[in-house]
Amino acid sequence: MNMNIYIILAIGFVIAAVWTVMTTRLLRSVIGLAITSVILTIIMFQLQSPLAAVFELSVCAGLISAIFISSIGLTQRLTDEQLAVRKKERLSKFWLLPVILVLAGVALYHLQIPLVFNLQPAQAENDVRNIIWNLRHLDLLGQIVILLAGAFGVVVLFKEQ
Amino acid sequence: MLSLLLLLPLLAILILNLPLKNVMQRMAVWAGVLLSLWQVTAVFILAMGLGERTEIPAKFKFGLNCDNLTLVLLLSIGIVVFTTILVGRQTISNPRQRLGFVNLVLIAMTGMNGTVMLTDLFSLYVFIEITAVSSFILIASQRDINGLEGAFKYIVLSASATVMMLLSISILLMAAGGTSFATVGNAVRQSSGNSMVLFAVGVFICGLFIKGGLVPFHGWLPAAYSAAPPAVSVLLAGIATKASGIYALIRLTTSVFAGNDSLNNVLLLVGVISILVGAFAALGQSDFKRMLAYSSISQVGYIILGLGCGTPLGIVGAVFHLFNHSIFKTLLFVNSAAVEKQSGTTDMNKLGGLGARMPVTSATSLIAFLSTAGVPPLAGFWSKLIIVIALWQNDLRVYAVIAVLASILTLAYLLLMQRKVFFGILGEGLQNVREAGFGIVLPASVLAAITVIVGVFFPLMFNSILMPISSFLK
Amino acid sequence: MEEVISKMPQGVEIIRDMPQEFLLFGVSAALVLIAGFYCLIMTYNLIRALIGLEILTKSVTLFIILAGHATGRTGLAQALAITLIVIEVVVIAVAVGIVLCVYKHIKSIDARLLRNIRG
Repeated sequence: MNMNIYIILAIGFVIAAVWTVMTTRLLRSVIGLAITSVILTIIMFQLQSPLAAVFELSVCAGLISAIFISSIGLTQRLTDEQLAVRKKERLSKFWLLPVILVLAGVALYHLQIPLVFNLQPAQAENDVRNIIWNLRHLDLLGQIVILLAGAFGVVVLFKEQ
Repeated sequence: MLSLLLLLPLLAILILNLPLKNVMQRMAVWAGVLLSLWQVTAVFILAMGLGERTEIPAKFKFGLNCDNLTLVLLLSIGIVVFTTILVGRQTISNPRQRLGFVNLVLIAMTGMNGTVMLTDLFSLYVFIEITAVSSFILIASQRDINGLEGAFKYIVLSASATVMMLLSISILLMAAGGTSFATVGNAVRQSSGNSMVLFAVGVFICGLFIKGGLVPFHGWLPAAYSAAPPAVSVLLAGIATKASGIYALIRLTTSVFAGNDSLNNVLLLVGVISILVGAFAALGQSDFKRMLAYSSISQVGYIILGLGCGTPLGIVGAVFHLFNHSIFKTLLFVNSAAVEKQSGTTDMNKLGGLGARMPVTSATSLIAFLSTAGVPPLAGFWSKLIIVIALWQNDLRVYAVIAVLASILTLAYLLLMQRKVFFGILGEGLQNVREAGFGIVLPASVLAAITVIVGVFFPLMFNSILMPISSFLK
Repeated sequence: MEEVISKMPQGVEIIRDMPQEFLLFGVSAALVLIAGFYCLIMTYNLIRALIGLEILTKSVTLFIILAGHATGRTGLAQALAITLIVIEVVVIAVAVGIVLCVYKHIKSIDARLLRNIRG
């Protein structure tokens, strides 16, 4: 039973990503990105990673989609004829993608990948909150600095001098 | 002591952004200059053994480590940031823009300081990204169309490199159960025949090649270096690419991914191709900054060549050449900033005869390019000599010969540049060009002096300062 | 797989055999990676290039979470994934800012126009 859910999720993930890449209109692409995020969230829940899943949902499916949609709203003006031309162009360039993916999928499935390693079993230290706040201080500092950098970037790029 | 190098710039940024607008705009440049000078002093304090070399876990468990390789990089970072801020003060006239510039340069400095001191593979990714993001913003900061395009190209290629590094980290996480250098190093050594681990190592190294701007992954470099505002080019070419990509290559190939013969062969090949492609491409350029960008690719090829040699002498040569390159390439870009600001163009066909009007710039540029080409007794000659000797001793004679021949090519294109820009007939419309201001002339003279002093006193320094650098190899 | 297990030194505990779902999700993450790179290479629209980058990020996030699940270190993998997401948001925000500035200059987000303008 579990395995069936996993198969549906995995195939859904790939199909959502392919639809995002192949669709003509930019807005539908962004919606496809959000759907891919949601499927990834469900996959992460199934893989016992709830905190990361919630983060992915709120940030990627929410914030990033909002950023993309607002930027598309500020830049896109397409007429209908342009749309038809675009559609034909897109199909001719992107038809190769599903073919490549099917071949790659079959090849990877039958590849014997040596991925079994002997590891010590995980210590009791498996609480995400503990790890972030107590063990990986350097990453925390890095996140603070990069958020500062992003803030300055927005000021530099947008403020009228 | 080490965490201060990370936390002080952050504190400075917080203070600079308090709501005291006018005071802060005037203080910004001084804050940056003081911080970089403090960093240079800190390097000497640490080198003499007076400070704490490893981070003792008190409240912040940063896990920082500082050995001799780190000290060389920290020194380079301090010198180049000092130069960048002074050049920025000269070339950016709007005080509000200057404040934004200093803020971003300080963030880049935090990123680079963190990169060279950390001991964890994932934190390496985090801090390389900090340097990269501040570089993107700096390149695009003047909002001209060339800068924006250069920045976008850099973003796309840098993000691809990031994806490759993270893919590799996830495979190594499965093999090692952790991400620190020690854990991953043990795991790689224990599973030495495993094809997935080799794949992960190869993919990570490819990602670092992209970040370091080595051929054939150098597509973003000429566009980014030449389209950036003049002060930003100084920072990028001087240290930002090297302190992230090249330092990571040196650190990882000597400790974490060590002992792999095929890895050394790949490094030798990539190094020699970079030297040749960079040199030949530089010959055909008519834009001053693009030529210097290709020259950077070529010189970084020498560093990788020394690294691929594998012997302690080769690696010492590589690290010494890294330091020298950050000095003389920064000097060349400072002079290009001076020329660009005073004459308004970087097209070598339109420039000419500036030697009489900009004497200091012309003289320091001459010193810089002689050092780049490896002319004795300047510093560049010694570092190239060490690399060539190391290659010869290791029976890699073909590479040594190519390295020497490429030096001649380097001399050729740089001589061409010097002749076109500084000697010869005065170009049109350039009658009113005067020497650049104090803010550019001072760092240029300091950098030229460093190159000359290091070159002349080299024989004294060899055993006492240089060979101990290899102590970081276990 | 049996040969690999038998060659390992004695006395070290082996955590688990490769779970079945691991191969499934691993292959799907690899396929999404290929799709993302394809999008990045074949598009000339600046915003679609950023969407391609986002897809690559999702694929790599799945790889990291998979690695954590397979080795039992879910806490570490989640911490890495969260840091990764924060950093990618900042990169995308800066990139979108640059695209908007480009639009202000040339009123288009077509990268081919960009190459023609530059001398």
